[in-house]
Amino acid sequence: MSAVAVHLDGLTRRFGELIALDELDLDVAPGELVALLGPSGCGKTTALRLLAGFDYPDGGRVKVGGVDITDVPASKRDMGMVFQAYSLFPNMDARTNVEFGLRMRKQPSPERRARAEQVLGLVGLSAHAGHYPHQLSGGQQQRVALARALAIEPSVLLLDEPLSALDARVRAQLRGEIRSVQQRLGITTLFVTHDQAEALSIADRVGVMHEGKLEQIGTPEEVYERPATPFVAEFVGTMNRVAGRLAADGRLEVLGASLKASGPQSRAAGELVEVLVRPEALEAVADPNGHATVAERTFLGSFTRMRVTLDDGSELLIDAASRRGLPEPGVRVSVRATGEDALVSGSAHGLTPAAP
Amino acid sequence: MAILVLAAIFFLGPLISAIRFSLEQTNGKDGLGNYTQLLHNAALGGSLVTSLEIAALTTAIMLALMLPTVVWVRLRLPRLALLVESISVLPIVIPPIVMAAGLATLQSHASAGLSNLIFSSPLTALTPVYVILAMPFAYRSLDVGVRAIDLRTLVDAARSLGAGWTTVLGRVILPNVRTAVLTAASLTVALVLAEVVIAETLLYTTYPVELVDTGQAQLGVAVALSVLSLAITWMLLLAISFIGNRGASRARIGRLL
Ligand SMILES: Nc1ncnc2c1ncn2[C@@H]1O[C@H](COP(=O)(O)OP(=O)(O)OP(=O)(O)O)[C@@H](O)[C@H]1O
Ligand SMILES: [Mg+2]
Repeated sequence: MSAVAVHLDGLTRRFGELIALDELDLDVAPGELVALLGPSGCGKTTALRLLAGFDYPDGGRVKVGGVDITDVPASKRDMGMVFQAYSLFPNMDARTNVEFGLRMRKQPSPERRARAEQVLGLVGLSAHAGHYPHQLSGGQQQRVALARALAIEPSVLLLDEPLSALDARVRAQLRGEIRSVQQRLGITTLFVTHDQAEALSIADRVGVMHEGKLEQIGTPEEVYERPATPFVAEFVGTMNRVAGRLAADGRLEVLGASLKASGPQSRAAGELVEVLVRPEALEAVADPNGHATVAERTFLGSFTRMRVTLDDGSELLIDAASRRGLPEPGVRVSVRATGEDALVSGSAHGLTPAAP
Repeated sequence: MAILVLAAIFFLGPLISAIRFSLEQTNGKDGLGNYTQLLHNAALGGSLVTSLEIAALTTAIMLALMLPTVVWVRLRLPRLALLVESISVLPIVIPPIVMAAGLATLQSHASAGLSNLIFSSPLTALTPVYVILAMPFAYRSLDVGVRAIDLRTLVDAARSLGAGWTTVLGRVILPNVRTAVLTAASLTVALVLAEVVIAETLLYTTYPVELVDTGQAQLGVAVALSVLSLAITWMLLLAISFIGNRGASRARIGRLL
């Protein structure tokens, strides 16, 4: 089976006054895994439900493989879906759950059984075929749900926060398994999550949603390193807001460094602006004449995060590779920007330019 | 403990007196005379069959109408759930005698065709009425069952796997609200086996009507009959809860975890 493209065209969905989806456009290439990332309530589930056919849009069209399926009922759409909540049928064991979609397709029993065994093997649960949902752990239930969705060889796989109810270790492991199965089968996949680390690690491309719209879509590197908007910048990863001054040549004076300015460029040289800087693009060096103090230091494994208070009262987060000799809390430091560019988010309101 | 003893006195006391009374025969000696007389009462047997038929049909129609309604309301009109629920209570509020009077008027003024179609048999005449009377109990117990499962997710999952609405209802929802369905069914059966006012007004001799009539004629036989009815009902309810527990425990445990 060859993979198909998914195309959402100006999709709109209103609930009374609330606009849950606002003319959403999205293209997913055949075999691609796109992660839809966004805060709670931004319309991720709504988008997926419209794509799956559980809900009908107030405007816009849904196309799969070039065919308009907006008016096709969910039961005829041929999409596999894994839900955030546990969705296995409680009255059926794992195998019967997986066979359900094949039974609906009127497949004869021996083939159905063979296929169920095969996909249960794919998710590593052959030994649990006879278990009922209540006899399975959360992670196992979601694996069976994945197997059930894959059994029907769907043209599109939809995953709505399938890992959010699981603990961190199982989540990371299952995430890897989903990705490898998806790549092996080459199935076009939409993966919804509000966890940015999850989105960045699993997807070919990440689409960041905000208030029913797609703010930016790009590879994980693009979205992280070159966020198109301040919202994306702050939602994906952690950001510091600092004051900077625009120089004549489109460069930016921030924390004693001269960086390339990105973002809105319609500002005059000399203007004071708000700049977004990643914690790992800052450096704190012990300096008795510095203008900041380390307030807190947290060891996070491979890196250490410092909370630094500037003399004007504002705070910065600074990440450094964990090593001996990082400044202790209470130590005076000077802070320097080490990156090459920085995103201008707007005018500086009440920010004073931080001294280096 | 004290409550149990009190309950036992209040429940067992009358029961024991009833059993002893039913064993007193007209000739003064104790024996099973009242019970053997029951076996020879053909009218009673006939009315029991009629009532069981009505009960079965009423239950089937009630479920076929109510389960989809409850599911539909929970899925599509959650904000109207309270309104629908209060509408479903109306039959309790209307006194049965009012309903009976209305139906009697309809019965006497009905055209010959309508009479033949509906009023010629208690099955066709009483079943629709009992479906309406059972609605409040059935709606509530089914609603409780449906609310206890993750209805939307299960329905969506089944639909995306290719199931049509009948399959969704029959294979996915029904098995997982089994306890609620059995509760609704036993309440409906109990109602049909106890309703006298409407059946009597419309001149149908159902089992409860026959029971009352017999009681007026021969007291000893009537008491024997109630003892027997109690035993039968008891066994029926035990059987229903046994079926329910065996089938639903898996699903129920799964849901609780
Ligand atoms: N059936 C509904 N009726 C009314 N409002 C709804 C309905 N479904 C969703 N909404 C609203 O639409 C908005 C988008 O909801 P949606 O479920 O798509 O968010 P989400 O991005 O999936 O959030 P989360 O991460 O919390 O799952 C929310 O404000 C929500 O309250
Ligand atoms: Mg959601």
